[in-house]
Amino acid sequence: MTEIEFLGWVRGTGFQLATVIFIAGVIIRLVEIVMLGRKANLAEPGGSEMRSGLRTIISRMIPDKSTFQRSSFTIVSGYIFHIGLFICIFLFAPHILVFKDITGLSWPSLPTPVVDAVTVVTIISLGSIMLHRYQNCVLKFLTNTEDILVWIVTLLPLVTGYIAFHRIGSSAPGLIALHILSVEILLVVFPFTKLMHTFTIFLSRWYNGAISGFRGVES
Amino acid sequence: MTDLRNGKDKTLGEILRSQGISRRSFLKFCAATASMMSISPALIPKIAHALENARRPSVIWLSFQECTGCTESLTRAHTTTIESLIFDSISLDYHHTLQAASGHAAEAAREAAMRENDGKYLLVVDGSIPLGNPGYSTIAGISNYDMLMETAKGAAAIIAVGTCATYGGLPHANPNPTGAVSLNEVIKDKPVINVPGCPPIPVVITGVLAHYLTFGSIPDLDHLGRPRAFYGNSIHDRCYRRPYYDKGLFAETFDDEGAKKGWCLYKLGCKGPTTYNACATTKWNDGTSFPIEAGHPCLGCSEPDFWDGGGFYKALSMPTENISKTAVYTATGALAAGVALGTMNQNKKNKAHDSHSKTTVSDLEK
Repeated sequence: MTEIEFLGWVRGTGFQLATVIFIAGVIIRLVEIVMLGRKANLAEPGGSEMRSGLRTIISRMIPDKSTFQRSSFTIVSGYIFHIGLFICIFLFAPHILVFKDITGLSWPSLPTPVVDAVTVVTIISLGSIMLHRYQNCVLKFLTNTEDILVWIVTLLPLVTGYIAFHRIGSSAPGLIALHILSVEILLVVFPFTKLMHTFTIFLSRWYNGAISGFRGVES
Repeated sequence: MTDLRNGKDKTLGEILRSQGISRRSFLKFCAATASMMSISPALIPKIAHALENARRPSVIWLSFQECTGCTESLTRAHTTTIESLIFDSISLDYHHTLQAASGHAAEAAREAAMRENDGKYLLVVDGSIPLGNPGYSTIAGISNYDMLMETAKGAAAIIAVGTCATYGGLPHANPNPTGAVSLNEVIKDKPVINVPGCPPIPVVITGVLAHYLTFGSIPDLDHLGRPRAFYGNSIHDRCYRRPYYDKGLFAETFDDEGAKKGWCLYKLGCKGPTTYNACATTKWNDGTSFPIEAGHPCLGCSEPDFWDGGGFYKALSMPTENISKTAVYTATGALAAGVALGTMNQNKKNKAHDSHSKTTVSDLEK
C-alpha cells in the first residue's frame, strides 16, 4: 500500500468504519443510560429537580475553593488541555472543513500558528498530567490500563497532527494519513472507554443536581 | 568546412553549437541544471564537459495507454530552449507521434535501434500497460506488455514519463477496465526512473536526461522512484500562497474576495500539501506560471491514483465518502438498537424485581 493509497483508505473506508462505530457506540450507550432511569423517590420533593440539575451542569465548571486548593495542578492542567483540545479540534481550518462536509455547518478558524502553539501547550499539559499521575501515589494506585489507553489515544492525534503539519521525518501523504488514522482510533475507542464523559458528564451533573434539588439542598 | 559526419557521430556540444547556442548559454544551462538537481557548483565544469562530449544516445520512446499529453508537453515549448535542443539532440529512433516512418518501417527502426545499441539505449515510456487483455492496446499487432518487455531487455536505463507510466494514471482509475498497470509493476529486474505528472514538466525530463548523460547513472530517487532533485519538495512547501495558509486566509469560492486577493486554495481542494513536484519552482510555459498561480488548486497529478483521490475540489482534510449519509443511517439504527436494548434491560430489571422474594427473620434463622 502506497502512502497515497493509505491516505485514500483513511479518508474513505477507514473514516466510514470509525464513524459507524463512534456514532452507534455513543448513541446506544446514552440511550441505555437514559432508559435505565432512577428508582422512584416516594418522598415529598423539597425543590425543583430540573432547575437544580441544569444549574449544576454549569456550576460544576467552577471548582470550589477547597477542591481547587487540594488539586490545583489537576484542575489547571485539566482545563488547559481540554480548552487546548477544543481549539485544536474545532478552530483549525482543515478540521472545520471536515465538520462542514458532514454537517453543513461552518465557522471562522484561528490562524494556523495560533493552533500550532496551542497544540504544543496541549501536548505539554497532557504529558505533565501523566507525569503527575505517576508522582502522586494515590493517583498512581488508582491508574489502570484504561486510563493509559485513553491518554494515549487522546495524545496521538495531537502529536501526529503536529508532526504532519511540520512534515517531520516522512513525506506529507503518509503523515496526514497517520494523523487521520489516529483520530479514527480515538473515535473507535471512544464509546467503550471513559472518553464517553464528553457526553455523560452532562447527564451525571444533571443527576447530581437533580438529586440535591429534590431534597431541597444546594448541589 | 561542412561537417559531413552522421548526426549520431556528433557530440552534443557540436550539435548545440551548430544550432547557434553560445558557450555562455550552454554553461548557464549547466549551472541551472546543477542547481536544480542540487548538485555541487564545483561539478558544473564536469557537467559541461560530459554533456559537450556526450554522443547522441539512442532513445526508444514507447507510447502505450496514454493521451500523448506528455509528448505535447515536451514539444510545445513556445520558444526554442536549450532543454528542448538537448531533447532534440538525442537520437530519437522510435516515437509514434514524432517519427516520420510508419507501419513496418517504424517497427524496423525500433528493432534496428535495439540491435545497434544493445545495452546502451535509453527507453522512455509513456502510458500504462493493460494486463486485462493483450488486445486492449497493441502496436503493429504486438501487445504493449510484449513490446515493453522485449525493448526493456537491452535498455541501459528506463524512464517512465507521465503519471500513466509511473502509476497507471487515468487508465488505472477505478474501476480500471483494462487492468492497467505501471512500468514498475511489470519491470522488476531494472530500476525505473519515474517522472510523474499529467503531464510532467519538460525540464524535469531533460534534467533526468542531462544527469544520465553527465554521470552515466540514474539520479537519486525517492521511495516512489522519482528523482529527489525535482520531487523533493511538496507544492505546498514551495507555494507562494503558503503564507496565506499559515495566516488562515482562504479562498472559499473561485470568485470571492479571497480568490481575487490570491489567498490559499486549500478549501477549494488544493492537493499541494500531499503533492511532490517542481511546478512551484520551475513553473510552466517557459516559466510563466503554474496552476495555483493561475487560480486553480493543484490536482496532485504527480502522485499515485490522483483520479481516485475523492474529487479534485474536495479539501484534503475532508472524507472522500458521504459521511453525512453514513452518520444519519448509523444514528437511526443505533437509536433503534439502543431503545431495544434499553427495553430488554428494563424487562430484565422488572423480572428480577418481580421474582424477588423478601428475606424474613425465619429465613435467617434457618
